[in-house]
Amino acid sequence: MTTNNYDAIIIGGGHNGLVAGAYLARAGKKVVVLERRHLVGGATITEEIIPGFQFTEFSYVVSLLRPEIIRDLKLPQHGLKILPLPSTFTPMDNGDYIAGWDDHDTTRREIYRHSPKDAEAYDEYGRRMARLAKAIKPILSMLPPDPTSLSPKDLMGLLKLGQFASTLTEKELYGLAKIMTQSAADMLEEWFETDALLGTKSASGIIGTFLGPRSPSTAYVLLHHYMGEIDGAFRAWGFAKGGTGGIAEAIASSARAFGAEIKLNATARQVIVKGGRAVGVALENGDEIYAKAVLSSADPFVTFLKLVESKYLPDDLIHSINKFRTRGSSGKVNIALSELPEFTALPDSNVLHRGAVSISPSIDYIERAYDDAKYGHFAKEPYVDMIFPSMIDPDMAPPGKHVMSCFVQYAPYDIEGGWDDAKREAFGESVIATIERYAPNIRRAIIGKQVLTPADTERITGITGGNIFHGELLLHQLFFMRPATKWSGFRTPINGYYLAGSGAHPGGGIMGAPGKFAAELALKDGI
Amino acid sequence: MRQLRNTPFHERTSALCQPQNWRKWAGYFVVGSYEHTIDREYWAIRNAAALIDVTPLMKYIIKGRDAARLLDRVTTRDIQKLKVGQVYYTGWCDDEGKMIDDGTVSRLDETTFRMTAAEPNLRWLMMNAVGLDVQIEEQTEGVASLSLQGPNSRSVLKRVCETDIEGLKYFRLMKNILGGVEVTISRTGYTGDLGYEIWMNAKDALKVWDALMEAGHDYGITPVGILALDMARVEAGLFMLEVDYTSASHAWIEAQKSSPFELGLDWTVALDKPGYFVGRRALEREKKEGSAWKLVGIEIDWVGMEQLYAEVGLPPQIPGSAIRASMPIMVGNVQVGYASTASWSPLLKKYIALAHLQKPYYELGTDVRMEITVEHQRKHAPAKVVKLPFYEPEWKKK
Repeated sequence: MTTNNYDAIIIGGGHNGLVAGAYLARAGKKVVVLERRHLVGGATITEEIIPGFQFTEFSYVVSLLRPEIIRDLKLPQHGLKILPLPSTFTPMDNGDYIAGWDDHDTTRREIYRHSPKDAEAYDEYGRRMARLAKAIKPILSMLPPDPTSLSPKDLMGLLKLGQFASTLTEKELYGLAKIMTQSAADMLEEWFETDALLGTKSASGIIGTFLGPRSPSTAYVLLHHYMGEIDGAFRAWGFAKGGTGGIAEAIASSARAFGAEIKLNATARQVIVKGGRAVGVALENGDEIYAKAVLSSADPFVTFLKLVESKYLPDDLIHSINKFRTRGSSGKVNIALSELPEFTALPDSNVLHRGAVSISPSIDYIERAYDDAKYGHFAKEPYVDMIFPSMIDPDMAPPGKHVMSCFVQYAPYDIEGGWDDAKREAFGESVIATIERYAPNIRRAIIGKQVLTPADTERITGITGGNIFHGELLLHQLFFMRPATKWSGFRTPINGYYLAGSGAHPGGGIMGAPGKFAAELALKDGI
Repeated sequence: MRQLRNTPFHERTSALCQPQNWRKWAGYFVVGSYEHTIDREYWAIRNAAALIDVTPLMKYIIKGRDAARLLDRVTTRDIQKLKVGQVYYTGWCDDEGKMIDDGTVSRLDETTFRMTAAEPNLRWLMMNAVGLDVQIEEQTEGVASLSLQGPNSRSVLKRVCETDIEGLKYFRLMKNILGGVEVTISRTGYTGDLGYEIWMNAKDALKVWDALMEAGHDYGITPVGILALDMARVEAGLFMLEVDYTSASHAWIEAQKSSPFELGLDWTVALDKPGYFVGRRALEREKKEGSAWKLVGIEIDWVGMEQLYAEVGLPPQIPGSAIRASMPIMVGNVQVGYASTASWSPLLKKYIALAHLQKPYYELGTDVRMEITVEHQRKHAPAKVVKLPFYEPEWKKK
């Protein structure tokens, strides 16, 4: 079967593909979004894996979803609600805990309990990071300029960047230069001394990377994640109603309302190229769909190396994409619970279950977990970032029951001997055992669980290496180098073929910016 | 002796109010917010179930053969059409057709009504009752009231009420037993979401509170103060006496008064009802001639506002709660009105305001600018006149 009447085909119904589809449809284009699976969302999904229990399977919080996307696509009318996560709770090995709250003074008093020095440093650290993040944040809503280009537009773009940096003092500029190269551990140890505080803060520097907190360049990753927090009350940071699948559903509903078509169970096999131009997509089922442009929200590896024949691409691009770091380093354990875990550090209270719970007693603890991964094993004592979606959105579990989402690092994609059922089970067990040390009732509370390794993530979502960011958020893989130098502008060497996924600038996380930028560029190109 | 009154829920609310953030409301202390930031309380209204102490609302029981006649004469609605078990929202005016107050009128039985108001209205009711067979009794203290708002409010009530409330329609009420106590439940509220108000004898207040908190535990029930309520009511396009308009009985000058048409309450003015009602002639005239002002919604353009702040190197600085202040609205260099309440909407991710605009600038889609203060400098952020309410979930009336 051949259909010929689309303006654009979007490969992949993850949040970026849906955003791209919605923007194109909003501009009056005839659009079809192809999704392999029976549901939209990609790695941004919620599924009822155990009857009555809604699991946010992969991504679980939202921090950088662009507010202009929320407004442009009228997502609140399509059900989007981003609920607050008011705290972070880190149980400590001495039986105490340290918590951070949404209220500055409460947090400072809490840190003071552990170290008056850290409490004061916390004030200044917060200000410094916020100012740095603010200075570089405009980059996120800007198309990346090419630093080697002499085109006036690119030069203007660079100039704009320079202007934002000019709001920084000389001291802060040096700080920024340092952060670009430092490890998260080195940077944080300049400020703090409390192990659990250091551990918890350093964890933001490793999420989604295959690095440890002592690896250089993780300080920048930490700053990158900080950008989700600087807009104060106006931020889109929190937990989405219905889990992250609620975000995908809202964008899909908006896209449909604008007239986009979303085909489920439709797997793209190859992009059809004619005369150096992408003109359609051949599906696994033999169908061919034709259009004026094709936008791929798949990861760079799939977009460049699987969906198109290599003869259409220059060698250096093929080489760069081959070397693009996209090895998954994290897993997820999603658990249905009959009761909340009771932390020995905070008995008889579930106030802190409304926020995140972090198993990160020290930097060394996380670095040791990385050591396991570095040599091909999952961490026996991993870093775990937990939330209890049912405490934030009561509709996530049956009344009185709970769901728990555990993001676990490290679980290397390239585990020694490959992943199998026994290893998956052992990995899940290491997570349960880790939590059990701080909340002994966890085991008896488990109704059922789902353990997801990077191999599972790859199998289910199709993301190469199972890296939910479509490639690590490392400085050398960001901005005008994402996914490859010279090809950071969403366009590809094939006319009418665009990269619209998290593997493009400004990167992963539920941000939607790559999808929006790619759609806008395609419109500008006159599709 | 100079203490404000506590509501009958004080024993519970005071134990939960962490920031000691109390507000004055019609002579009572009520909780402003229970937590240091109001995010969770706001989201309880929009995503779970919010329990709000609204006891300070003025409550009157109007009883007798002529009760309907009195209310028909005082309010702008056609009270003869109000069925037993039904609730009307209405304003009431002085002889010049200017609003005195607004509230709800519930028909409890053929000859008994409950009226709520923001301010004391006993004298006004008495004055209009001369020669009618009617008794008016104020019940503000004797009747405690709780507002249970949010998409899960029905599930909570279903769990705790003796008679199923599933069939209770929008702006209807029913008698029920809740926590072993006789209550009246109306499907009303001030949030524009699914919600109910529960009316009970003040001596039973704690029993009802406890029963609701227990039943609501699994549905995310959250005690909510009036600061979060203030944000929700702006999103719902609902205005407030002495914030968004001045009562005709308090106004110093004519210009401070508003007619129901000017407040966008056209739908509550039943000019087709038979006979005289207070303000009728003035309202008929205004209807014919058109209104000089109108209360509308405006949406401030975030990108435009962001630019004004970026000029001085700042991200936008607006409070995360409702702002009750008068902010001039301009078209060109001419002031054409003012915003009376503005609020960040965490749900819509928009900065919104209720604004009074002069003819013809109140038409939908008109481009205006609202004054904001950016680092001590007056600036004007681009904005647009939009339809009210800003937010209306499908489950509000379902």
